[in-house]
Amino acid sequence: MEIQPRSRRETRRLIFLIAPSLFWLLVFFLFPLVLVLAISFGQRGTYGGVEWSLSLQNYRRFFDPLYLRIFGRTLLIALTTTVICLVTGYPLAYFIATRPPRWRNGLLLLLMIPFWTNFLIRTYAWLLLLRDQGLINMLWTGGLHNALLWLSNTVPLPVWGRLLEATSTSLSLFGTNGAIIVGLVYGWLPDMVLPCYAAIERLDHSLVEAAQDLYANRVQSFLRVILPLTMSGVVAGSVLVFIPSLGAYVTPDLLGGAKSVMMGNVIYSQFMSARDYPFGAAISFVLMTVMLVGTLIYFRLGTES
Amino acid sequence: MKTIGVRRERRKTSWVGRLLTVHGIAGYLFLYLPIVVLVVFSFNASRYASAWRGFTLDWYVSMLQDQALASAVKNTLIVAGSSTLISTVFGTMVALAMERYRFRGKLAFDALLYLPIIIPDIAMAVMLLLFFILARLRLGLVTIIISHVAFNISFVAVVVRARLAYFDMSLEEAAQDLYADEWQTFWRVTLPLIMPGILGGALMAFTLSIDDFVITFFTSGPGSTTLPLRIYSLVKLGVTPEINALSSLMLLISMALVMLSLLLQKGGGGGIEIV
Repeated sequence: MEIQPRSRRETRRLIFLIAPSLFWLLVFFLFPLVLVLAISFGQRGTYGGVEWSLSLQNYRRFFDPLYLRIFGRTLLIALTTTVICLVTGYPLAYFIATRPPRWRNGLLLLLMIPFWTNFLIRTYAWLLLLRDQGLINMLWTGGLHNALLWLSNTVPLPVWGRLLEATSTSLSLFGTNGAIIVGLVYGWLPDMVLPCYAAIERLDHSLVEAAQDLYANRVQSFLRVILPLTMSGVVAGSVLVFIPSLGAYVTPDLLGGAKSVMMGNVIYSQFMSARDYPFGAAISFVLMTVMLVGTLIYFRLGTES
Repeated sequence: MKTIGVRRERRKTSWVGRLLTVHGIAGYLFLYLPIVVLVVFSFNASRYASAWRGFTLDWYVSMLQDQALASAVKNTLIVAGSSTLISTVFGTMVALAMERYRFRGKLAFDALLYLPIIIPDIAMAVMLLLFFILARLRLGLVTIIISHVAFNISFVAVVVRARLAYFDMSLEEAAQDLYADEWQTFWRVTLPLIMPGILGGALMAFTLSIDDFVITFFTSGPGSTTLPLRIYSLVKLGVTPEINALSSLMLLISMALVMLSLLLQKGGGGGIEIV
């Protein structure tokens, strides 16, 4: 349906249609992007401003073991989150796609409601559960501990002693990498399920039957028919989970405790407390590059197989 | 032999199927348990959310009397309203151009249009903050609105383009055969037909704007606190039942927004792609 503008009038109309967005994106997106790159080669001024220069000092500083460790942890947390979302989200999408059509819309609606809820609130909900005086610890040191006490009095067994000891102190869930991963999985699971669902729902089931007619067993027909045919959903879902996990700020800030645990927090502190804009700019640029390269490789792999 | 084979097959089916069902139920429990806990504790009479001390609406009352919160809601509505309006108009215009015309540099422009969607929001926040500082713009509602428009144009364009992809061009030709001029064709044929897509895009922009924390946080100044910023500072101070009440109320609003988007989808057939 696309045509080359034929007359001067159509050219003028085309310019009219794209000019506002082009202007906005050039001035408030592309220019700031180039600016960040330029500033990342600069240095922190004496009073917190930017001294322009052309040094790789900020990028060299990135290879300091302190930052490398945080970067490694960020990658690990983002990858773990993506894998967990995939292995739990794909079956969930499959479950929804194989329900009767009148159920599917309701199930999708139930999936979308948490997704449309403010991300801060969803993270806060986990804070309520995971913190030291949170609900999980309340059940652990309260309900479970009392139940074990009662059990040990009624049925004396040697195992109770150890279990009682374990439940007498609260679990330190808050402030761990595990807490961050749970928060991220909770935040981005629908991002995985929705594209997987779209791919599975489009799947032509006669192809699966054909595979089974040709004596493929369940595992074979899944690995060689269903999975390759729904790969587009898997790739899209993984990218949609990986990118925000890599750049996460809110989740590690609220669930990760006091220290800077992920790159997002490091960037934040460079801008809000250390006032070292050039270094913060350099880290953001590294993060963007990693994310873009990772996404491109993943898309390439996904479309090849 | 044959019947045995069939029966074995069926038993296998139900085994995998049952596992899927259990997993499905567990998945939905995982999604809803934290929310349910949040809502239940918003009615808890105890200030310390350690135990149930009876039902109360006090937290909702004290939340509604919070002046800072009221001004945060006002700021949020100003930001979301104006950024939605601007980005919906611009995004729809650019979607029309991208779906209909071929031009030099279109591929590059397409990439530029998609980039704000895939870039991590902390990176975009940093970019905009540095830009505003160097441009000596005073941080406040205006800079927040500029930033929200910068990411919302792309989302609106994607949603409207999805709608335009199914547009039947012969309808426009028919209108012009009936001597409608170009403006009449646009206002009376094209626009009404793509309206569900535009509304879907606007709704998405509005939701993204209301929800945004990171970019807003970096581009806001004194006196321009929005609702997510207010919630964040409250959460940072400590868990209180007022936050639970506020969260429950926002949950209710987002449910209403989901319903609205579904109604729009029903009216238009595939207006919104939630991705």
